[in-house]
Amino acid sequence: MNRIIKYVFYDILRTRFILFYTVFLLICTFAFFQLDNDFGKVVLSLMNVVLMAVPLVSVVFTTIHFFNSYEFIELMLAQPINRRSIFLSEYLAVASSLCLAYVVGIGFPFLLYGAWQPIYTLLITGVFLTLVFVSLAFFSSVLTRDKAKAIGIALLFWFYFSLIYDGILLWVVYTFSDYPLEKLTLALIAFNPVDLARIIMLLQLDISALMGYTGAFYKNFFGSNLGLIFSISLLMLWVLWPLLFAMRIFSRKDL
Amino acid sequence: MKRSVFFIGLVLISLAARATTIPVGARETIKHIKEAIQRAEAGDTLLIRSGIYREGNIILEKQLVILGENFPVLDGENQYEIFTIHAQGVVIQGLTFKDTGIASISDLAAIKILESKKVRILGNRFENTFFGIYLANSSNIWIENNQLQSQAESEHQIGNGIHLWKCDHITINNNRIRGHRDGIYFEFVTNSLITNNYSEGNMRYGLHFMFSHNDEYRNNAFTNNGAGVAVMYTKGVTMVNNTFQHNWGSSSYGLLLKDIRDSFVTDNTFIENSVGIFMEGSSRNEIKSNSFYQNGYALKLQASCDDNVITRNNFQQNTFDLVTNGSLVLNKIDGNYWDRYEGYDLNRDQVGDVPYRPISMYGTIVERMPQAILLWRSFLVFLLDRAERAIPVLTPENLMDQVPAMQPYDFY
Repeated sequence: MNRIIKYVFYDILRTRFILFYTVFLLICTFAFFQLDNDFGKVVLSLMNVVLMAVPLVSVVFTTIHFFNSYEFIELMLAQPINRRSIFLSEYLAVASSLCLAYVVGIGFPFLLYGAWQPIYTLLITGVFLTLVFVSLAFFSSVLTRDKAKAIGIALLFWFYFSLIYDGILLWVVYTFSDYPLEKLTLALIAFNPVDLARIIMLLQLDISALMGYTGAFYKNFFGSNLGLIFSISLLMLWVLWPLLFAMRIFSRKDL
Repeated sequence: MKRSVFFIGLVLISLAARATTIPVGARETIKHIKEAIQRAEAGDTLLIRSGIYREGNIILEKQLVILGENFPVLDGENQYEIFTIHAQGVVIQGLTFKDTGIASISDLAAIKILESKKVRILGNRFENTFFGIYLANSSNIWIENNQLQSQAESEHQIGNGIHLWKCDHITINNNRIRGHRDGIYFEFVTNSLITNNYSEGNMRYGLHFMFSHNDEYRNNAFTNNGAGVAVMYTKGVTMVNNTFQHNWGSSSYGLLLKDIRDSFVTDNTFIENSVGIFMEGSSRNEIKSNSFYQNGYALKLQASCDDNVITRNNFQQNTFDLVTNGSLVLNKIDGNYWDRYEGYDLNRDQVGDVPYRPISMYGTIVERMPQAILLWRSFLVFLLDRAERAIPVLTPENLMDQVPAMQPYDFY
């Protein structure tokens, strides 16, 4: 398995996409630092990048990579190797390279500017988002044999979680605003990894947004250790379920 | 002129000659304050040696100077009011007041001043008092350098730190008030000056202010109070150079202006409040050169306000800069610095060429449905706000800053 990971890793490095991604993140972060001296504001601007760009890049890169290495996978399957370990090595290689690019791209400028405090949350949530969307992309890749279709499904995931879901949530809040919705919205948030990541970050970075009775309710929940464990474990769940489903499908699939 | 000066000097000398200093203490001939007051003549000085005095309620109706040596403790034994003053020209300095009684019908205080004039309360300490300093129907009072501290658990078990009712010409300078119901309470108090006070961690308001015309407060700091500062039903108030910080909670305001007319709010700093300024039914006020930094809402301007001028303020890193609940624009909002402003300045006169609409659509939505705050900073909200800026639907179309500043103003 280690060997396969190594091969996939070399393959990814050869395409240079990861390098571009790292450079893109580096430039973004440095640019925000140039524009603003306030670390808090830099992190907030980066938060938008993380919430939008990171899932998008993860999704597109993963699906393209999966279909590009289809022949390699077929070759591997001809060997006496377990399907699961092939699949897992693919996943681990892709996810770790994307995470590495992210951590270097965002973390390095902060290290340079000596701003440690706010970056932990940003790094952790970003890594989790990468993992979640790589899982989702693998899931959509094994659903179909057609590359374009798979990319379409993966993009749909991204679009759904970053835009459509929030629209539905807003609609729910709007329609039922006469009722106490705190607990319901809390439950609904759990069904969207992007929202979860956003709220974890919001609590650390933009606490003033969560004022008022309702804000205080959310803050009490997510701000406590229990809430943090809750949201992190939910994010884990979001990494695991698409991955497990994808693995199941992959190990039974007629390639 | 010379003769009159000489005459006044003569009078002063003769007064000084008459006044005597009476020491009070466990080792002195007079051991109790009450006894000393009884023996003293108007104009005498009582020197209280350090120690603990448990004498119940002390009523003072003579013009006396009461000085404490090394902060003697006057203990109310959780039962009594300590000093009740009804006299002219009293000075109380350097005492410690402790544990007054708590009552729901009468307002027990450490020092209660009733219908008096020219009283000075200087450099005293108040620990666990129900009301700290209580003034009613008095004038020309000077309250300076006092420290008031209380540990209340609920609002009905505690009185106000400095409580004034129907007073005139009062100076309150350099006091520290902590843990009371209202830090400083003003009702029907006119022509007074509140300076350099620090009011922190009070249950309700740091400063509570009603029907008190022509007052001025400067250089005070109000931090961490249950509901911030409330100024209500008043005209002609001047608020300069105060700091309103970290007044945090669901019904908490940095500064609540309710029915205020012809007043000035200038050079103040609002940091980390749920609402920086909440304005309701207020008119003809000038809000100028204030800094709003990291507040939930910097300014909540209700539609019942008119003819206010909001100019040359800095709005930085607030979640929402301005919200209102109507579409009619009756106030003038011009020449402020908004950190969200994205316009340009072609002629480089430091004034943005495009008007700025400070009301964000999502601010309006959250104002109506607080639960919607959960979607703050999501991509959807970003898009909605953008769309609204281009074509206003929910937000008042005419509410805008015509001449927004390009750079933040430097107030320091």
